[in-house]
Amino acid sequence: MSNELKVPTMADFISEGKQPEVLFWVGSAGSFDDRAKKITKAFVKILNKANVDFAVLGTEESCTGDVAKRAGNEFLFQMQALMNIEVLNAYEIKKIVTCDPHSYNCLKNEYPGLGGNYEVIHHTQFIQELITSGRLKVKGSLYKGKRITFHDPCYLGRANNEYNAPREVLNNTKATIVEMKLHKHNALCCGAGGAQMFKEPEKGDKDINVLRTEGALETSPNIIATACPYCNTMMTDGVKAKEKELEISVLDIAELIANSEEL
Amino acid sequence: MQYLPNILFAITLVLGIGYFTKNVKKLIRNIKLGKDIDVSDNKPERFKNMMRIAFGQSKMVRRPIAGILHVIVYVGFIIINIEVLEIIIDGLLGTHRVFAFMGGFYDFLIGSFEILALLVIVSVVVFWIRRNVIKINRFWNKEMTSWPKNDANYILYFEVVLMCLFLIMNAADLTIQMMPGAPDNDYANAGCYPVSQFLTPLFDSFNYSSAVIVERAAWWLHILGILTFLNYLYFSKHLHILLAFPNTYYGSLKPKGQFNNLESVTKEVRLMMDPNVDPFAAPPEGADGEMPSKFGASDVQDLSWVQLLGAYTCTECGRCTSSCPANLTGKKLSPRKIMMDTRDRLEEVGKNIDANKGEFKDDGKQLLGDYIKHEELWACTTCNACVEECPVSIDPLSIILEMRRYLVMEQSAAPAELNNMMTNIENNGAPWPYNQMDRLNWKNE
Repeated sequence: MSNELKVPTMADFISEGKQPEVLFWVGSAGSFDDRAKKITKAFVKILNKANVDFAVLGTEESCTGDVAKRAGNEFLFQMQALMNIEVLNAYEIKKIVTCDPHSYNCLKNEYPGLGGNYEVIHHTQFIQELITSGRLKVKGSLYKGKRITFHDPCYLGRANNEYNAPREVLNNTKATIVEMKLHKHNALCCGAGGAQMFKEPEKGDKDINVLRTEGALETSPNIIATACPYCNTMMTDGVKAKEKELEISVLDIAELIANSEEL
Repeated sequence: MQYLPNILFAITLVLGIGYFTKNVKKLIRNIKLGKDIDVSDNKPERFKNMMRIAFGQSKMVRRPIAGILHVIVYVGFIIINIEVLEIIIDGLLGTHRVFAFMGGFYDFLIGSFEILALLVIVSVVVFWIRRNVIKINRFWNKEMTSWPKNDANYILYFEVVLMCLFLIMNAADLTIQMMPGAPDNDYANAGCYPVSQFLTPLFDSFNYSSAVIVERAAWWLHILGILTFLNYLYFSKHLHILLAFPNTYYGSLKPKGQFNNLESVTKEVRLMMDPNVDPFAAPPEGADGEMPSKFGASDVQDLSWVQLLGAYTCTECGRCTSSCPANLTGKKLSPRKIMMDTRDRLEEVGKNIDANKGEFKDDGKQLLGDYIKHEELWACTTCNACVEECPVSIDPLSIILEMRRYLVMEQSAAPAELNNMMTNIENNGAPWPYNQMDRLNWKNE
């Protein structure tokens, strides 16, 4: 029932002379990647369910430039950043939420130095806030008795020290959370960071996502939970490489909550 | 002739400390070849980090076996150094155990030094076994060629020899103290010897003068050993015992995900985006001096001095490499190698400057390419595992990023797929070839 999604843009808000509570930064993956779009929609369903007054930039949004920066192209990064900051500042944006830890890190840590100062939160932190403030009630028991292992995204975990919010949200699903041997600050990267998502890996004896998936499989999970669109792709590919895609699903935390509440 | 030992000792001390000072000056000069960076902020927080991470060894114990053994050796060395103070005073004044007047407290000190010395020996033996018998992976990566491996073992041998000399010296002293009819002189009853008392049977057959020879020989070899070790530091990974402190002090205080924004780039981008700037205008007089000579880093002089300090601080423990996803999957990248290469190149540049009367003469080499290959740099996922792991706050990732910047902005030498991705961002604001006008299409799909 995707046509029921309420996704107002900033332009809509401004034309009515209103400001949203929060701007949802969809990001390039969330806008264009088929798998990531499902995560975007799941998160919007949660926002709709909790009656969050949010807006997106829509066609006015552009790549944060994060991936260009990690690849070494500081020019391109700063051009993207300054253009985005112009748009965000013109709309007087104060608070931003995003499903992508890379956008989250970039907007939160690297935009302020270029004149973009916003309160930036990751969608797992936002969902946790919605739950603790009582705006979102998670009652479903779809995942009761399932084993879920959470793969920490580098840019949420090590990069920004957020290990608890995703776990606390997961606890609401009534599933059993099982930790991988390498988790929290020891977590192994999925292999997509630092612009690796867009290139073939260097010569080696294994792919990083396969190694990480092996770590996840050691916990005999039913579900591998992710909190980053790139991690999701990498872990999904890893599960396929291990021929476990019929037994194990790879789902974003937003999807788990949306599914659990039958949104 | 009575003062000959004192004079010899003073000369030894001056030579030992003098050569060390000379090398420390060279070390500081080399580090200052790096670019200036402002790290004068947040002094209390920096001090706290230094006390917690370097003094308090907080990150060492994340790997409990190596961590706890390391704490023993560390505490052992710091505390046993009180003994060195006594040795220096004795050596200069010709006294014997000058602190003995402290009585019970002196007994306590010597007793605890002995127990620590024994614990240090045990720990060092375990370290040696981990390196050479169990052959723990991180000590056997490719970059651990003969010198790094030998260096690590030499340090262990040094430590065992120093501790043994300390215990033998005490055992000989105790033997003399207990000797019936020994001439009543320097060797008065002093100290408490919980460990070396078990070594005295070695000297059962010794008479007074031969026991004194053993005691004096051990005493001299001990202090000579310490001075040699001090001077060995500059050539060794063992420099970390000193540099861990400044390195943790100057370590980054920002979230690990935050990469610096290049100010030189900001200036140019703002000019490009400013509609009031005439793109065809000639630059104002004298303005060309403002252009940065280079974006990113291709050699050590392009890195910041904090990054160079990190290279000298690295003790090659390999925790970074053992947690690097690229290295774990067989790629050439090893964060430890990045630091070792940086130090090796910096030393080479330093020697070049020494040989050319204080001026660097182009040697046709650079860090990028001659030491660190492109393939290593492009294998990095920027996951920060290496930064998280380093027990002394070294940041290999920042060096990798600076070199990527050079490759991309100065040489346009990114892998072709990345160039495609960047062209997409330039043209349509996304890393994939989709139109920006389609950004909201997902809503209705």
